[in-house]
Amino acid sequence: MSEVADRIKEIIKPENLVYAKSPVLNDDIMHYCPGCSHGVVHRLIAEVIEEMGIQEQTIGISPVGCAVFAYNYIDIDWQEAAHGRAPAVATGIKRVMPDKYVFTYQGDGDLAAIGTAETFHAVNRGENIVMIFINNAIYGMTGGQMAPTTLVGQVTATTPNGRDVDLNGYPLRITELLAQLPGAAFVTRQSVQNPAAVRKTKKAIRKAFEIQAMKKGTAFVEVVSTCSSGWKLSPVESNKWMEENMFPQYPLGDLKDSSRADADLYRIKG
Amino acid sequence: MAKVRGAVVVDTEVCKGCNLCVVACPTQTLALNRNVNNKGYHYSYMENPENCTGCTNCAAVCPDSCITVYRAKFEN
Repeated sequence: MSEVADRIKEIIKPENLVYAKSPVLNDDIMHYCPGCSHGVVHRLIAEVIEEMGIQEQTIGISPVGCAVFAYNYIDIDWQEAAHGRAPAVATGIKRVMPDKYVFTYQGDGDLAAIGTAETFHAVNRGENIVMIFINNAIYGMTGGQMAPTTLVGQVTATTPNGRDVDLNGYPLRITELLAQLPGAAFVTRQSVQNPAAVRKTKKAIRKAFEIQAMKKGTAFVEVVSTCSSGWKLSPVESNKWMEENMFPQYPLGDLKDSSRADADLYRIKG
Repeated sequence: MAKVRGAVVVDTEVCKGCNLCVVACPTQTLALNRNVNNKGYHYSYMENPENCTGCTNCAAVCPDSCITVYRAKFEN
């Protein structure tokens, strides 16, 4: 046993370091529940900001929802927006300071429910911002009520017998809708349930920030996430539930990858 | 033959015992400790340290960024 302990001591040296927490993340312990996808996405954003060297030029807009305290964890400039209004605030900041990197970080209650109008019009205007959308199909912060993205048949606090189409309508696939808009440059849907998915999501977030630098239009990254507290499952079971139930409804992959549409296509003739 | 060996250092007070790193570990290195940290969570630790290859999969899925990974090459 002591031989193993000696070997570990030999390995743990600064020159052998292959992974450490990004310095863009603060030392604050996150308030999220154990296994929450928010933590992973926060870390990926911090790592992208660190790799691109844009810590001083990045401004985040935090939403209302569990991620409202995002400003406590990522060491950049932040602005807190009213519920659902993050894209509107981001539009203002980006237009006043066009050389800054501006991103919004929103959940499904913020982006797809109360903030649908702001979301659609910001993307339709082709604002040069990054929008990160955490879709966990439930209102996590307020106690697990039904969200627009809740799956048909999913049990929540406000749909105790499962979401009923006749009463509650259908799950809103807002990412597919946004991909239709001419202002969107990059629309993708990713997840963070295993190491391979985490690395893909990081690449997507990096690409989104690079598109913003090229002023091509809005870059939209949806991350299909878990809410183990809201779903009343363990973090590992939540990932499995997500793979089995969320992915058929919210298939992963790039939905759109092009620059903002040419205005001439939409100009009146004559 | 040179062998790659790794080591994982878990910040036990930050760890919330979500078990995601244990599931993500391809070599069954990690497990949740029987003991708890100050917040009452069963924190992750290296149960089989000789298995670790330093692949960083555990760090990739950690929501609380409490994992640091080291990797070295050995000749024997």
